[in-house]
Amino acid sequence: MTAGPHQAPSTRNSPLTRQRIRSAWLFVTPLLLVLALVAGWPLLRTVWFSLTDANLAELSAAQFVGLDNYHYLFDDPDWWQAVRNTLIFAGVSVGLETVLGLAIALALNARFPGRGLLRAAILVPWAIPTVVSAKMWGWMYNDVFGIINHLLLAAGLIAEPQAWTASPDLALAAIIAVDVWKATPFMALLLLAGLQMLPRECYESAAVDGVHPLKVFFRITLPLLKPALAVALIFRLLDALRVFDLIYVMTGNSRDTMSMSVYARQQLVDFQDVGYGSAAATLLFLLIALFTIVYLTLARVGRED
Amino acid sequence: MRNFRRLVGRFAFFVFLAAIVVYSVFPFYWAVVSSLKSGSALFSTDFWPLDPAWSNYSAVFREQPFGQNILNSLLVALTTVLISLALALGAAFALGRISFRGRTPLQFVVLGISMFPQIAVLSGMFELVRGLGLYDNLLSLVFSYLIFTLPFTVWVLTTFMRELPRELEDAAIVDGAGPFTILTRIFLPLMGPAMVTTGLLAFIAAWNEFLFALTFTLSSGQRTVPVAIALISGASSHELPWGNIMAASVIVTVPLIILVLIFQRRIVSGLTAGAVKG
Repeated sequence: MTAGPHQAPSTRNSPLTRQRIRSAWLFVTPLLLVLALVAGWPLLRTVWFSLTDANLAELSAAQFVGLDNYHYLFDDPDWWQAVRNTLIFAGVSVGLETVLGLAIALALNARFPGRGLLRAAILVPWAIPTVVSAKMWGWMYNDVFGIINHLLLAAGLIAEPQAWTASPDLALAAIIAVDVWKATPFMALLLLAGLQMLPRECYESAAVDGVHPLKVFFRITLPLLKPALAVALIFRLLDALRVFDLIYVMTGNSRDTMSMSVYARQQLVDFQDVGYGSAAATLLFLLIALFTIVYLTLARVGRED
Repeated sequence: MRNFRRLVGRFAFFVFLAAIVVYSVFPFYWAVVSSLKSGSALFSTDFWPLDPAWSNYSAVFREQPFGQNILNSLLVALTTVLISLALALGAAFALGRISFRGRTPLQFVVLGISMFPQIAVLSGMFELVRGLGLYDNLLSLVFSYLIFTLPFTVWVLTTFMRELPRELEDAAIVDGAGPFTILTRIFLPLMGPAMVTTGLLAFIAAWNEFLFALTFTLSSGQRTVPVAIALISGASSHELPWGNIMAASVIVTVPLIILVLIFQRRIVSGLTAGAVKG
């Protein structure tokens, strides 16, 4: 990637090349300045605030307090509950999305009448804003008038109406179900793109030899799809770890379902405790940075292959 | 026997497909049906609005400045997309077509920023927004949304840019065209479709954004659509006006679904350019 295929070595130091390199920096500089302003600076300030007792009303009065905020955070059972919720949410929903997305991708990869219709249908959940999906499902989950209770009662699967989003045992599962509904299309489309890049020859020879389809899947498709699968998985995982909208709209600041982002925002905005909230946000950032490094390493390895 | 098994397999396959379609579309269908039921009909579980009424739709616009909210969202999303595309086009040209020292680290920086959790910049961004006097102002949203639209547009446009044939550029270089001329005269026209795709995806991301919009605006006239919908409330927290909420949801979702269905092929190629090839 560094020495692009476009650059012949002999032209490396020609005036033309130097002019192109100068213009490259000219084109990139505005982008870098804006990114430094909207991403770099606010991130540094957040990390700084996490070491102070900053308050939302009077940010400039912040005093350095060292790692106090982190100490309080580690002693707060609500924080650990939020960490647990986030990890469960991310792990379970991404796991389900992968399995379901793979099944849908395999179906879409086959030829059948109405394939375009199916692809259009699975794009619908993806197109719906997260806040709207949360509200739509919140209505379907309604304990008294919700269609889900109605259908499950009619089918005899539950004996009495459930408070899906209010009960501590059910709420996280109910939220995960919405995320799976919303994000599976994305997963399916990424995996479909991966499937369509697989070499045809393997399948042709397998078909000639009469290998069972299941064996073809586990011996040929899955191993070949592994790079695409890994990238799609980590991409979704990073997204799921920072979940905010869905949980906040469905269950507000309830501690049973609160994610790390919801926890940090509640401290920052509702309790005005910018120092403490920033510490929580910084820890989430570090967690995601760790996963990002894993992802970038994977992407790099994939490119060198 | 063999034929029978094949028939059963085919049948199961189509049942699976039908289940996927119902699972994908039903929640939205149910929102549409609910939005057309007024009064006590809302609490019935009829799968069809027996007496369709538009009263929920008029109530949405009567009870809050929802028209203004839609305008706000459009304004913010369009401005964000235009700024992002303008900044990203040049950067994508540099990153995709010119090899220079530092290109690889730059690409990793861009990709890294696209992974930022928004909450990690919230307090720093809040300070900045307030310092610039933009609190409760739509410009604060345009400003802060660049953090996710910019890396995304740069990344996807770079991928598209890299795939254009080298010969195009060579002829122009021989003719003595400078990089800026090459970008605006040769690549810009060719990048049209890619810019539409990327712009659309960035538009959807900005249109849907919630955390910044919730935090940086205060008055109902400055809210964007997601915040307005999330904050629709009734007389008490136990009496949410579900009919209104569903009507508002349908209003903002129908245009998006139409856009996505029209551009579905391009959207799929844009999404995969952003992820798989990354």
